[in-house]
Amino acid sequence: MTLDLSLLPDGGVGWLDASGQHSDIVLSTRIRLARNVDGYAFTARARDGERLRVLAQIRDAVRGGSTGMADAVLYRLDEMEPTGRALLHERHLVSKELAGLDAQHPLRSGAAVFLTDRTGLMVNEEDHMRLQSLRSGFALHEAFASIDQLDRELGERLPYSHHPEFGFLTACPTNVGTGMRASVLIHLPGLVLTKEIGKVLASLQQMGLTYRGLYGEGSEVVGNFFQISNQTTLGRSEEELLDQLHRVVGHVVEREAEARRVLVRDAGYIIEDKLWRAFGTLRYARSLTFDEAMNYLSGVRLAVGLKLIGAVSVYTLNKLLIFSQAAHLAHAEGRALTESETNLARARYVRTTLDEEAGPVG
Amino acid sequence: MLCESCKERDAVVYVTRIENDGVTQHHLCEKCAAAQGVETTIATPKHPLGEFLQAVQQQGSAASAAADTIRCSFCNGSMADFRETGRWGCARCYTNFEAAIRDLLRRVQGSHRHVGRPYQAPMGEHMEQAALLGELKDRLRRAIEAEQFEVAADLRDRIRGLE
Repeated sequence: MTLDLSLLPDGGVGWLDASGQHSDIVLSTRIRLARNVDGYAFTARARDGERLRVLAQIRDAVRGGSTGMADAVLYRLDEMEPTGRALLHERHLVSKELAGLDAQHPLRSGAAVFLTDRTGLMVNEEDHMRLQSLRSGFALHEAFASIDQLDRELGERLPYSHHPEFGFLTACPTNVGTGMRASVLIHLPGLVLTKEIGKVLASLQQMGLTYRGLYGEGSEVVGNFFQISNQTTLGRSEEELLDQLHRVVGHVVEREAEARRVLVRDAGYIIEDKLWRAFGTLRYARSLTFDEAMNYLSGVRLAVGLKLIGAVSVYTLNKLLIFSQAAHLAHAEGRALTESETNLARARYVRTTLDEEAGPVG
Repeated sequence: MLCESCKERDAVVYVTRIENDGVTQHHLCEKCAAAQGVETTIATPKHPLGEFLQAVQQQGSAASAAADTIRCSFCNGSMADFRETGRWGCARCYTNFEAAIRDLLRRVQGSHRHVGRPYQAPMGEHMEQAALLGELKDRLRRAIEAEQFEVAADLRDRIRGLE
């Protein structure tokens, strides 16, 4: 099965539209709930047939519902070729584990995802169900309201695994209780450049929060993007966890804005030169690795935030982050690419996108 | 291989000592290695659940290996399986290993009591109806796609009746 992304109303990247609050600093907000269907072993221990039955039962519950999910597109990852799966992963619509791209977790039978506007439901991930809500910018409570409604409705149609004392039961004990991981994808070049970031990250841990890279657990921090999320899922209510994260991220946003002011005040021309060089490189380079592209895009994003560069929108920068990744480039070229071909295609894609938006370079 | 010092536990630490006369190798268990002043990194496995698994391991050694042989009545998983993967096999594991889990959640999550949204699983009859409704709606979609409008009208009536 090949992947037809045109089935999705917005290609599944509506959350990148930079419409949300603080969208020059906060890219997106994501909340996921982990749930399991009672009566089956958890995914890793279930047999192939059981996973398929879990999928069928979830499908019936989803299709029979009245929320927006009833019309969601169902992608069977277990029937999809690797490029399609990588494409969904690069769009942050499925995890690496579900896509079977992780050497430790080969593709499982029954691996699937329901997708609709800014909402997804992964089936047969580590837990039977991973509901997720994605929003542009900083929008924790809005994202929660939408996923909570879906969760309540599906919970009436499916028996969730639940324990009176421990709450919602999950394969990994770090998710048990609310099963909720709320995370905010945030761009912190000011704090990195002023070397304040270490302190900020250390203080997150004291507040019961944690951080990861662009692609969640186990991924590296590139391009000054951090995902800040709640560390614990038990002992506090969903609202308390969200309030805490909201407060701390709000504070981090202020610290970032302050760091940017300090940079401009104390090192104005050095920063300005650095950011224009990043822009220049993206507009002229003929070959770009992923990390290079991420770092230069981080510079241009900062320049746009500081209003040094006005010709490029945050939305375009957001799209470049997603569409300049390997599987997307291969998809656009219509064939598999070697690493050096990928780097050439990436530089070409970035160049033409910026030319279209900012006008051709001389 | 057994630890050459206590000859009871498995040897997991391989110590290479370079002394005056040459090189000697020793195979020790964690406990004996620690007693001899060998610092190991084994106690903190490279795993997202490092601290958690370490806690289970300590508990495991105290409660003896006998506890490891207890298996979940539903999925047949054991504490040893959990230590290896960091994942429980099924929801029933939470009841079968309840005491151990309560203690571990306290360490890892700082609490063992869910205070988030309460949940009541749906009752049987309601479930069957929900499943039937889902099935009918799925068939309705297929009928519409296939332009079988008479079938679709019939299905729509049945769905209305159930709703």
